[in-house]
Amino acid sequence: MRTIHVEAPGLLTTVQDLGRSGYGTLGVSASGAADPIALRLGNRLVGNPENAAGLEKTLLGGTLAFSDPMVLALTGCDFGTTLDGHAVPLWTSFEVASGQKLQIGSTRTGARCYLCVQGGIAVKLFLGSASTHLLSGLGGLEGRALRRGDVLTVAPAPPGFIHKRVATEVLEQLAFRKTLRVTDGPQWDWFSGSAQDLLLTIPYRVTEEANRMGLRLEGAPITANSEAPMITEGVSLGAIQVPPSGQPIILFVEQQTTGGYPKIANIISADMASVGQLRPRDEIRFERIAMADARNALAKQEKLLASELLNI
Amino acid sequence: MPGAAEARFQPASDQSLLIYLGETITLEIHEQIVKLLHLMESNPIEGIRNLHPAYCSLLVQFDPFVLDHRSLEKTLRGYLNRLGDVRLAQSRRIDIPVCYGGEYGPDLNDVADLHGMTPAQVIELHSSATYVVYFFGFTPGFAYLSGLPESLETPRLATPRRKVPQGGVGIAGKQAGVYPFATPGGWRLLGRTPEAMFQPDRQHMSLLSIGDRVRFLPISEEEFRARRAA
Repeated sequence: MRTIHVEAPGLLTTVQDLGRSGYGTLGVSASGAADPIALRLGNRLVGNPENAAGLEKTLLGGTLAFSDPMVLALTGCDFGTTLDGHAVPLWTSFEVASGQKLQIGSTRTGARCYLCVQGGIAVKLFLGSASTHLLSGLGGLEGRALRRGDVLTVAPAPPGFIHKRVATEVLEQLAFRKTLRVTDGPQWDWFSGSAQDLLLTIPYRVTEEANRMGLRLEGAPITANSEAPMITEGVSLGAIQVPPSGQPIILFVEQQTTGGYPKIANIISADMASVGQLRPRDEIRFERIAMADARNALAKQEKLLASELLNI
Repeated sequence: MPGAAEARFQPASDQSLLIYLGETITLEIHEQIVKLLHLMESNPIEGIRNLHPAYCSLLVQFDPFVLDHRSLEKTLRGYLNRLGDVRLAQSRRIDIPVCYGGEYGPDLNDVADLHGMTPAQVIELHSSATYVVYFFGFTPGFAYLSGLPESLETPRLATPRRKVPQGGVGIAGKQAGVYPFATPGGWRLLGRTPEAMFQPDRQHMSLLSIGDRVRFLPISEEEFRARRAA
């Protein structure tokens, strides 16, 4: 059995695939990779289905050792990774030999990087997905972040290694954005014109309270006009909800499934992977677009993601 | 009775649509939501990924490469016209044992003080009411219960706890609930149940279902320990 040994877990490393859908009525949110684009491309680089389970690493990567030869790929942001002291390129498949050590440093750009392994990480599925849901302690490896001494099982994969990389032009077009495009939230009209303008013109800063559940922002406070009390309702991924403090919160992959704060806007699906790369103290802006443009942006992104990988 | 004509449709994101069947919290509107949910679960629409029912609304999340807001609204209006034909099963009655006060319910005394009652009166009121499961939210298996006696309505804590123990029985505003997992939380804790509210390896993962009638049953500390051990 092929295994990966966690010698240093990094700051927050979890097993993630593309999440679980269909259990919203039970209060279960989708979870899944915070930057699903990075996970999907990583899996393709090693010959896996896009939904295979990989490791999501946050800010600081840690050290891993390998029991057997394996094919790996690192995607997402550059953590300055080395294999037995030699630099490992991002967005490219590579081989490790038995006993080698992969040292994943700390981020130089965004928040997360992904390690995909040919075959995928094997864990017991919870509601059809390998994704870790940290708040409820379900899914992934015992529902928690990895610890030193953990041993991960790698699912069997047919032997063979094809050295592949993602084209630079594709990566440039998929680069994460700090200006996030939004469509109107269900309570957009509850906010005055000047509150709406503030959201769309003033930069907001990501606070330290930014995790897989949500990202608290700070900036010019925006307050809802309406005197009508908000009745708790279902909330969607990427909703920008505004609590009484006026400081917006972006609901993220491990979001609560219902909420009682008005939602002024919602980040478009095509820009959600960018949210997964935001770090505390990052400055972001919001740009309002029409629903049809949001759909087109997603279609364009999916077309790019379907691009052929390059052989090296 | 709200039908297709009174329903309000509101896009929530580029892949979700909210349907409101009213703008107030009433059992009648909620029953319509449950009927719509039932109809959508028994006659699934291709491209729907998730359903999030709440008090008087249903959030539908869909695959934007299969559906768009307009086509989905059209299909759902057809469903709304059939709500009258849906017969819901008789609601179940579920008793949830609770050990009140002390370390199990650290806010019991404060809640009693706030309302000028004794802790025993709070327990009596909380455990004599019948609650209805409106929906699940916050975490897997967290049921929002309505039916809290008006005299027990209490604002949530000013500062949420970093960790509420698993099984914490709380109240907030007009709502009652039980924490299925040890999570942060701002509801006032009156007691704790030994029951597993959500267990992934059980056939019915969630002890409660939408529409269930729930009562809280006071138990002693000994009984709590015995049930936990079992």
